[in-house]
Amino acid sequence: MTGLLDTLLAGLALGAVYALVALGFVIIFKASHVMNFAHGSLLLLGGYLTAVLHDDLGFAGALAVGVLATAALAGVIDRVLLQRLPQDPKAAHVATIVTIGIDILLVTDLARRIGGDLLSLGDPWGDEVRTLGPVTVADSRLAAIAVSALVIGVVFALFRYSRWGLSLRCAAEDTEAAALQGIRLGRTRMLAWCLAGALAALAAVFLAAFPATGLERTTGQIALKAFPAAILGGLASPVGALAGSLVIGLTEAFVITYQSDLHVLGDGLSDVAPYVVMVLVLLVRPNGLFGAKGAARV
Amino acid sequence: MPRASDEASTLRVENLDVTYGRAVSALRSVSLDVPPGSVVTLLGANGAGKTTLLRAVSGTLRLHRGAVTAGAIRYGETVLDGQDPVAAVRAGVVQVPEGRRVFAALTVDENLRSGGLGLGRRTPERIKEGRERVFTLFPRLAERTRQQAGLLSGGEQQMLAIGRALMAAPKLLLLDEPSLGLAPQMVERIAEVVREINAQGTSVLLVEQNAGMALALADHAHVLEVGEVRLSGPAAELARTDAVRRLYLGEADATEGATGHATDETAPGGPERGAA
Repeated sequence: MTGLLDTLLAGLALGAVYALVALGFVIIFKASHVMNFAHGSLLLLGGYLTAVLHDDLGFAGALAVGVLATAALAGVIDRVLLQRLPQDPKAAHVATIVTIGIDILLVTDLARRIGGDLLSLGDPWGDEVRTLGPVTVADSRLAAIAVSALVIGVVFALFRYSRWGLSLRCAAEDTEAAALQGIRLGRTRMLAWCLAGALAALAAVFLAAFPATGLERTTGQIALKAFPAAILGGLASPVGALAGSLVIGLTEAFVITYQSDLHVLGDGLSDVAPYVVMVLVLLVRPNGLFGAKGAARV
Repeated sequence: MPRASDEASTLRVENLDVTYGRAVSALRSVSLDVPPGSVVTLLGANGAGKTTLLRAVSGTLRLHRGAVTAGAIRYGETVLDGQDPVAAVRAGVVQVPEGRRVFAALTVDENLRSGGLGLGRRTPERIKEGRERVFTLFPRLAERTRQQAGLLSGGEQQMLAIGRALMAAPKLLLLDEPSLGLAPQMVERIAEVVREINAQGTSVLLVEQNAGMALALADHAHVLEVGEVRLSGPAAELARTDAVRRLYLGEADATEGATGHATDETAPGGPERGAA
């Protein structure tokens, strides 16, 4: 019983962090029809900046710089590189391929700087563990759940109530009609990239925190697990990204806990499980959990 | 009715050439004026260039790979050709696109809010005034603020599309085929609304295939044929000319069955022949 609750909390914490990454994917896709393959390297950049700056600036200061710098870089990538490409949704695959190039550049440089090290981000939770009734849980995991819930709540409120959120939803639905309202499409899109970059940088903190041992050059590959989460949810649906992330997080946690029982399927199943779940869900719901929702009368 | 005619709010299109994809010429040397407080209509068959002209004014040509290659568009002092749509909205020129194009997944209220986005920040007062104006004009929208726009009827969607444009407090409204696909009763209602908006001091440039409705509403009319202005004049006068009666009002001639009444969008046979 205890094992079950522990696993549930661990899954929730993982899912919460994946949600930060997957939500970024979805926001970028919704705003620009681009699959951002550079998302993992943006995440790594945010983590790296936090790691190298926390001695001088303290954790909070370093994190703030990491988040802002990553947001700025994401915005620059979109405005300076991607928005110059033909602005036709059908040509978005060109921009997607450009992001692969950006990813290779960024990852190569960061991997060179990080080398084989494990960088501490100087987060305040350390390896503290607390006991809540029947379960034992790491502080860092509780923090991941609390911070993600708060940040995701703010993002959803922005979507719903802010001028930017409304502009984004209008532009995603009908670019020309949005333009005719005087919505600044380029700026709306750039801000979406900035927000997604900020979310990725924040996620890096929790991916490097206990029980992980620190930031490594491969930490950015975690973004690969947020891919199935986003696709599972429907790719253009923020709510779907949330649901997909929780599914992936819980799946992973349970597969890790019961790895020994699943031994017949081979070791390392937890790395494969997200994709297995994605394929199974897509077999049943080809548009994802929340894809293509809403009725329209023409 | 027209207020004191000030040059500051006249739309002036001069010798406009528009080309799509650097190859297809869509408009050739088109000139027209929309004086303040007036209703001007633009008639013509499918492909005559009516929508292209509106796109050139509202700055959305680029989204269709089109460009102004010669001539000028000015609204008062503001140059509009080659500008982006934000400039047009800021200058007070707002387009209602063909086929309504409301944001189907958004609520009626959000659609109206989106119309105010072009005004910029710190405009809650104007947004509130705009909303009141729209709800007075379309009480039916006031009852459905939380409903998803995609679930409204065609006529309600057209009202919402016009209401959304009014939220930007336009001085000149560009209407692209507002009667398209609507029941005759609703067409009549839309015509009343256009009259009312105009009476409140907004000038209107109306693109229509329903020539009967358009000529009844307009002070001035222009007929476009394959990218060029063929006829221009006071609407009442144009409605009496033979060519317009035959081609756009669908009045009987030798080759066509006598329908006798105004054409609608389901009978484009006449105009198409005229364009050939």
